[in-house]
Amino acid sequence: MSEQSALKTGFTLALIAAICTALVAVTFHFTKERIAANEKALLEQSLQPALAGVVYDSSVSESRLILPPPHDLPGNEVAIIYRVFAEDKPVAALFVVSARDGYSGAIRILVGVDFDGTVTGIRILQHRETPGLGDKIDSSRSDWVFQFDGHSLTNPEVSGWSIRSDGGEFDQLTGASVTPRAVIKAIRETLLYFNARRDEIFAPPASGEIE
Amino acid sequence: MNTGSFVERMQAGLWKENPGLVQLLGLCPLLAVTTTLVNGFGLGIATLFVLTLSNALVSATRRWIRQEIRIPIYVLIIASLVTCIELIFKAWFPALDRSLGIFIPLIVTNCAIVARAEVFASRNPIGVSIADGIGMGAGFAALLMAIGAFRELIGQASILSRLDMITGGEPFNGFSFADSGLLLAILPPGAFFSLALAVALKNHMDRKRQAPRGRSLSRKRSKSHQ
Repeated sequence: MSEQSALKTGFTLALIAAICTALVAVTFHFTKERIAANEKALLEQSLQPALAGVVYDSSVSESRLILPPPHDLPGNEVAIIYRVFAEDKPVAALFVVSARDGYSGAIRILVGVDFDGTVTGIRILQHRETPGLGDKIDSSRSDWVFQFDGHSLTNPEVSGWSIRSDGGEFDQLTGASVTPRAVIKAIRETLLYFNARRDEIFAPPASGEIE
Repeated sequence: MNTGSFVERMQAGLWKENPGLVQLLGLCPLLAVTTTLVNGFGLGIATLFVLTLSNALVSATRRWIRQEIRIPIYVLIIASLVTCIELIFKAWFPALDRSLGIFIPLIVTNCAIVARAEVFASRNPIGVSIADGIGMGAGFAALLMAIGAFRELIGQASILSRLDMITGGEPFNGFSFADSGLLLAILPPGAFFSLALAVALKNHMDRKRQAPRGRSLSRKRSKSHQ
């Protein structure tokens, strides 16, 4: 290839690269607002089910605390706490924590707790448990996660927070005990954390980080 | 290569040279996402769009592109198109985008697309290249949907679950026929079994059609490389 044709080839390549980049940039420009709105709506929508019966007037997604690891909540990934207020008084908190001891990777769990430490709802945000067995922890697959609603660490006592075959008070899943055991353990630890550090959680201003 | 008319390209894509059944290309997404009909449809449509547009662009620019730099240019064109499709999915079908996950960006690596750019679009006029893209894309999408529907029926004993990911609205768990299905169909081995059954079925149908003209057959397994 002569020097001139090499230059020409390089120019063609650069031109096509520029056109392709422009195409992506234009698409990004026209979709970015919708994508941001979708993400925020998804977040608020995914948090809502864990706040059954809680009356609040604050924007949940804006009262976020981010806890980088290491922290005392279950899991060794970033944990998130959303604080929920009504007329500037704390009414509930949402925890996003991970259970590490599931069957296949981390299980991301959303735990809703009202100010008195009673569970207002549990949802599984992310998991890779076996389809048809462990995936029944997902609220779209079975009612299993609803059994925790209304319970707290005094109902049953801490020792009762495990599956029945381990001497606890909660149902397991047919054919899967590793997954429910991991989820219940994470919930129990989250409730213990909330009871011990409630005032600390609600103390910081609207959004920020705590130790 | 025989170019032919629009109808011929559609026949080739949907049946004779079906990228999944005959060329056995793009098996990674094919095997990974076909756990439900809706998932198969989503990835099928995305692939169809990318394939049609990439064929159109490659064919339109074929006179200016030197042999030596054609592969980087195909990669550029396909990667940009896939990024655009991904953004569009995120904006208008967020649930479907979450369900397909990494397999939307991974359309880039679907060798069926580079293969069509290389063997067809770079050598043929734009009109017939678009027809080829639509035919091949439709063939791939049809196979994804067929395998998705089959695995969903056997594995979950339901059909059209999560249709809301396309139409929007309330979560819809599909029409269910039984409490649970044969789990194997949803797990990865089920994907291989389903594809094997589909290929076998196609070969059987071809053989039956050709049977009156003699028993010996030379299957045209033209390109079976990945």
